Parts: sequence; structure tokens; C-alpha cells
Amino acid sequence: MRRYRRTAFLLLLPSLVLVAVFVYGFIFWTGELSLTNQNDLFVPQVRFVGLENYQRLFAHPRFQIDLRNTLVFSLIFIPGSLILGLFGALLLNTGVRGEGFFRTIFLMPMALSFIVTGVAWRWLMNPTSGLNLLFDALGLGFLKSGWYTDPAVGIKAIALAAIWQLSGYTMALYLAGLRAIPRELYEAAEVDGATPWQAFRYVTFPLLTPVTLSAVIVLGHISLKIFDLVVAIAGISGGPAFSSDVPALFMFVTTFQANRFAQGAAISIVLLVLVSFLVIPYLYWSLRQEVAE
Amino acid sequence: MRRTLLFWALVYAALLLLAVFYLIPIYVLLINALKDYREVSVEAMWRLPEHLSLASFAKAWYGDPGVGMSGLGQNFWNSVKLVVPATFFSVLLGSINGYVLAQWRFRGSETLFFLLLFGMFIPYQSVLIPLVKVLMKLGLYGTISGLVLTHVVYGIPITTLIFRNYYAQIPRELGEAAQIDGAGVLGVYRHVILPLSAPGTVVAVIWQFTQIWNDFLFGVVITNKPSVQPITVALNNLAGSYIVEWNVQMAGAILAALPTLAVYILMGRYFIRGLLAGSVKG
Repeated sequence: MRRYRRTAFLLLLPSLVLVAVFVYGFIFWTGELSLTNQNDLFVPQVRFVGLENYQRLFAHPRFQIDLRNTLVFSLIFIPGSLILGLFGALLLNTGVRGEGFFRTIFLMPMALSFIVTGVAWRWLMNPTSGLNLLFDALGLGFLKSGWYTDPAVGIKAIALAAIWQLSGYTMALYLAGLRAIPRELYEAAEVDGATPWQAFRYVTFPLLTPVTLSAVIVLGHISLKIFDLVVAIAGISGGPAFSSDVPALFMFVTTFQANRFAQGAAISIVLLVLVSFLVIPYLYWSLRQEVAE
Repeated sequence: MRRTLLFWALVYAALLLLAVFYLIPIYVLLINALKDYREVSVEAMWRLPEHLSLASFAKAWYGDPGVGMSGLGQNFWNSVKLVVPATFFSVLLGSINGYVLAQWRFRGSETLFFLLLFGMFIPYQSVLIPLVKVLMKLGLYGTISGLVLTHVVYGIPITTLIFRNYYAQIPRELGEAAQIDGAGVLGVYRHVILPLSAPGTVVAVIWQFTQIWNDFLFGVVITNKPSVQPITVALNNLAGSYIVEWNVQMAGAILAALPTLAVYILMGRYFIRGLLAGSVKG
């Protein structure tokens, strides 16, 4: 038996080594880099500067805008995707004819790259065309907006495109969650004289809580990492007055265009810490729960 | 619960409204990409084409050397050359890992699994700088092989997760029976697990295919020359260029979306399973 286990472990080894180096080794390396003065292609003498890069980062107006943008994005994108996803899943779960057809349409954006989505939405949200034309034609002129070209809107426009792309994900999660609820519970609720709203409020809703939690974690970590969509819609500059800028984009420009490696490393470590706060408790919780089952 | 006609009317109305919301961007891409260039105007974005034309697609694919615009055709093939080996190797590794973690649990295997899974959620920005340095040392920076290696490595967590959850459903007694017949760890994998792997493999292949085809971040950081860039990077350059008409950009977007869209429409069920696997609990 022990011999078997050793062979089994050897099979796992190549992947463990790759992940140990490419994930954990590289993170450590990035962390170390973020504490140095390597903020140029040719630094005569590399030395540790402590938390200098982080201090400069948090004092940087652009980074402050980025953090605020991430927050605004999350506050629109996460609830938006949850509500739309739950709504769609409830509709699909009524037993309508053509469920498969509608489901295929609703989840289709999930198969597209953010860049493709970006091309479509960049033109839909073009101030002189797209949605604004449509709103005019429908007599909904008050909905017209400068979208990503208007500094007051900026990241909110990006969040709208993100909801379009990823609400299908929450819809799939909720649909799977709804299907897992035993029919008997609804029958019991009906016997007890519950109205449809009460059945939803006291049976469906509580039983979907774990699904909502999963969705919030996954959507939350996407909000922190969002990059492609911003580049594709607002461009590498992050829109007027950085109104669509996000930390991942700031990191990219700082590192690969300005060659300020240590500063870029500091941004990515901040991102990593934020993602870890969200993901580690969740991973721990879901693996624990699995063992308990 | 009694359901009235009104109930169903409202359900269908809401479903149709949602369908319109999800289809609008695709509709806009399609009708404008199919327009003859004389019909293209920002004011007429919503008007259906009077004459169907594939000229925008041809221009997006072949480019226009006269104005120095390179087409997406080459980049499409770069993406193919990237996605095929990268998907193959990451799925192979995921299958082996999933097998070990599901069928041969040992002390600390749960911890290792946790450490592997975390790699799925990290912001890749936190590994990009060392990655570029190491790829440069290996002579793989700016090459498709370098991108393949990158996608294989960072694909390990999700493929391992998909296969582990899938193999966990296979009763361990099957493997134990094969062991009594003299099969070792590899023998059990080959003769018991592998023949049962098809559904899990389809899920993993579709998932990795979609993720790798759609990736932008690794592509834009690792490939600097247009001749080796995957299609997402090239499409973004095309869309950001002022010399390229916007209907050509839209045709390019459709070209870039076609492979994953085709896979999704043909095998959506498996795609959704991969989607659900990504939320960890299988």
C-alpha cells in the first residue's frame, strides 16, 4: 500500500513542482521585487527600500482613483449579475417551453472573450451612435449617456458590459441550485398554505444562500482582476481622467510600458492580498464542508 | 400551484426581453459586419444591410497591406497553434492529478489540493514579471511555445479540480478490484479510470479551449510581435487602430468569437458543467 502511495505521489509531482515554482515561487519573487528600487531598466545598484513602493502607491492619485473605481465596479457588477442571474434562473425554472433555447441565448456571452465583448460594447456605447440612437428612436432620450467617454460615468459603463457578459454565470449557478431543491419541500409548503411568495421567501431563498455566496466570491475576485474589458472598451489609457482605470491596468502600464518593475510588483501584491482575503476563507470553507459530507 | 394564462404571458414577455438584452451586441456585430462599406455609417448602426457583403470579413482576415493594416488570419492560426497543445497538456496533467487526489488520498493531500486550487484565483499580475524573466531566460519569451507553457501551468488548478470532482464519483472498489488482479497505480489509471474518463475530459477540454482561446493578458504580455500574437491581442490592436473601419473591427470580433461560439452552441451542456466546476464545489 505504501509503495502504491509513493507512486501516486510521484505522478502528482510534476504538477506540484510547476505550481510551486510558477505560482508560489513567482509570487514570492514579485513580493521581494516590490521591496526594492528596481524602477528602471538599468538600476546601477539594486537595494531594498522597505515599503517605499507601497507608500508611494497609496499616496498616488491614480491608484486612489483605481481603488475607488474597483469599488464602484463591484457595487454595480456583483448585485447586477446576481439579480439578473436569479431572475433569469427563476424564469427558466418555471417549466416554460423552449427553456433550452432561452438558456443557450442567456449564457452565450460566457463563451466570448472580453475583447470581443469590448468591441461590441465600445460601439454600442459610442456617444453618437449605438444605444443613444436607440434611446432616441424609442423616445427614451433621458437615458442617453456619454458612457465611457464621460468621466462621470467611466467605470459604470464598463460594469454594464461586464454584467452582460457574466450574468449568465450566476444564472447557471442559480439554475443548478434551484434544480437541487427537493420538490417535496414545495409540496409541504403548499400543504401548509404558503403563498408562492412565502414559498420563495422561506424555501427557495434560504436554500440558495450557498449558491449566492459562491457567486459573490467568484464575481468579487473577477471585479478585483478586471483588465481585458477595460482595455477593450476604454483603451490602455483607462479613459478620460482615469475614469475607467483599474489596478490591473495601472500595473500593466507601470510595469510593461514605464518599466517601473518594483512599483508594478507592489500593485500586484496589493491585488493578491485583496483577492486572498476573499478567496482563502471561501476555499477553506468549501473544502471543509466537502470533508464533512 | 395553479398557473394562469397571465402568469405564462408575463414569463414569456420577460424571457423575450432578456433574450433581446443578451442578443443586442451580437446582432449589432453581425448586421454591421455584413454591410457593404457604402452602407456603413454611425447613424445607421441599427439598420439592416440592404446588400449583404462579406468584404468586411475578407478585410479583417487578410488585412489591407496598402495602408499597413495586417489581417487577423495569421493570428487566428497562431491561436490554433496555441490552443491545441496547451489544452492537450493541461488536460492530461489535470487528469493524472485528479486521479491521484480522488483515488489515492494520502496525508496532506487535501492541503496540497487547497494549495493547487489557490493558483486558480490569483491575479496573474502577481506572477507576470518573474514569468517574463524566466521565459526570456528559457528563450521562450515572444514565442507561441512560451504561451503554451504558461497556459499549461496556470491551467493545472482548474483541470485538476474538474477531474478530481469527476473521478470522486467513481467507486474506489473498482480500483481496488484491479489491484487484486495485480494492477499498480498506473495500471488502475489505464485500465479502470481512463476508459471512464470521456465525460470529464470533454468538460475539461471545452473549458480549457475556451479559456485559452479567449485569454488576453498572457498573450499581450508574452508575445510582443504581431506575427506570433494570438487573435485576441490582434483584435484589440485592430479595434484600437484609427485606420480600420468599425465594421471591419466588428467582422474581426466575429472571426475571433467563431471557434468558441461554435463549441458552445454544439456542446453547451459540457461548457456549463465546466462553468459550475469553477465555483469549486462540484
